Amino acid sequence: MPAKASRAAFGEAILELGAQDPRIVIVDADLRKSTMTSAFAKAYPGRAFNVGIAESNMIGIGAGLALAGKIPFVCSFACFVVGRFETIRVSVAYTRANVKIVGTHAGIAIGEDGYSQMGLEDIACLRALPNIPIIQPADEIETKQAVAYAVEHAGPLYLRLTRQNLEPVSPPAYRFQFGKAVVLRPGGDVAILASGGPLFNALKAAEKLEGEGVRAEVVNVSCIKPLDEERIVGSATRTGRVVTVEDHSIWGGLGGAVSELLAEVHPTPVKRLGIQGFGESGDPKGLYAKHGLDPEGIARGVMKFLNR
Amino acid sequence: MPTADLARLQSIARDCRVQIIRMLTHAGSGHPGGSLSVIDILTTLFFARMRYDPKRPDWPDRDRLVLSKGHCVPALYSVMAKAGFFPEGRLITLRKLGSPLQGHPDRVMLPGIEAATGSLGQGLSMALGMALGLRLDGRPSRVYCVLGDGETQEGQVWEAAMAAPKLGQPDHPLDNLCVILDYNGIQLDDFVKKVLDLEPVLEKWKAFGWPLLEIDGHDFTQITKALDQAEATRGRPTFIVAHTVKGKSVSFMENDPEWHGKAPKPQEGIRAIREILSVAEGDWPAYRQAHAETAAIVEELEALEKK
Repeated sequence: MPAKASRAAFGEAILELGAQDPRIVIVDADLRKSTMTSAFAKAYPGRAFNVGIAESNMIGIGAGLALAGKIPFVCSFACFVVGRFETIRVSVAYTRANVKIVGTHAGIAIGEDGYSQMGLEDIACLRALPNIPIIQPADEIETKQAVAYAVEHAGPLYLRLTRQNLEPVSPPAYRFQFGKAVVLRPGGDVAILASGGPLFNALKAAEKLEGEGVRAEVVNVSCIKPLDEERIVGSATRTGRVVTVEDHSIWGGLGGAVSELLAEVHPTPVKRLGIQGFGESGDPKGLYAKHGLDPEGIARGVMKFLNR
Repeated sequence: MPTADLARLQSIARDCRVQIIRMLTHAGSGHPGGSLSVIDILTTLFFARMRYDPKRPDWPDRDRLVLSKGHCVPALYSVMAKAGFFPEGRLITLRKLGSPLQGHPDRVMLPGIEAATGSLGQGLSMALGMALGLRLDGRPSRVYCVLGDGETQEGQVWEAAMAAPKLGQPDHPLDNLCVILDYNGIQLDDFVKKVLDLEPVLEKWKAFGWPLLEIDGHDFTQITKALDQAEATRGRPTFIVAHTVKGKSVSFMENDPEWHGKAPKPQEGIRAIREILSVAEGDWPAYRQAHAETAAIVEELEALEKK
């Protein structure tokens, strides 16, 4: 299976699901070509609405459509859609409107466009809202299943997707389960909990670490909210050391969520790898290297954490 | 409008005004001014216009009201109680711990509320989405959205204003949507003109592509006619500018920014109720003797004062 961006997998999945479920509608804010909803809009022009560059209105219209019985997907860049936090907070979360919020272009891996286009704090914002689950799939297979799940899920939900292609990481028979984290590689010395864009690099880092005599367990935490508490506490108990890896701010993202959980339930040393401060323009590979999210950076971070 | 219908609406609105004062006085906080300015509009919608079934608040073909100016929800609670969504006695639980009558509307706690509002500027977008969803399903329902005037200083209102006449075109135009602006001229801090003047209001909405109507928002005949006209309009949603008086029917609240967000004290509440009922001070004892329901409400407020 070739590498594919999760936004592209989303576009394909929603096109297919749209044929089966007429309740599915899409609301865009002039980024169809980027959020990959053009095919849906072409196939179902009566169920796709482009409201122009007006994300708050897009979210509110989505809420209204949901209240009228539709299953709306409101789509934009992660930073733009979650940036309209107050509208999500009241029109979607508090109203309990069945809106599926899709944020693409997550993380610094969007590259050249620079910080203002990067979703780096979206997980932190939405983690604070009472009833919006956060799902960040790591490859094509998982994305397609997560989109199908989003349709079934009764209530709002946030899908965090990437611009860049993602190498396959899930086994061929993988079944996405809401609220479940999946061990992709066993290991007893340290647990690497990763999500989304840099997950593949975390697996590569584990290979490198093996060469250094460190057996790292790698866990795909695609469901960031709710967390798979049992699995994560289990990994922490087994290994005694936890490293989180994410293309998001280390403040309030996966690392924050895992730290909060372990501090209360099973205090364990945690190292958060991710973004600190603003992002910047550059080539995605170079950015991951600079921010320590390439395989070498992750391996280095783990070794330093383990004092090796 | 036939005289009997007019008298009925006037009577309901009067009762609702009394209930608004009653519940706000019990709550000790809340927004009387805007509740009193919008109540004639809500009375007309609930008792001379909208199709709904209080026993089936989720009836798919019901008409919907989105009270975008959510802080004036006491007015909505008063008409909902009158319409049978919940017992009138529950009104005095407004803003109290555990009550479904939240300070600003909660859709889940109180069936019949269509959307959580109160963070100003969001209701119109939700109303657009509802109107569109209902049109897509070919439902006969109409959607009403009531905006506050100060609220239209929010940018999201203008995103929605720009989209509404175009959304759903050409197959599903939102002519099932009617927006009413409660233009009472006062916001929290001061007169709207002093904070950030909205004028020219009519020209703005017209430029955004809305058919416009301008009425006295306390004249039931004018409100009804405008709603008729909106319903007859094809191809586009309608915008009604309703000129209203903040604090309407209570002399010391009318046109005073102080009464935007301040609850009356018990004696003020009692005086307000007397004024709403158009009873002279000298006639008040006799009126109370002759009207048991009013007497009970007033006694409750007197008891509050002793607490």
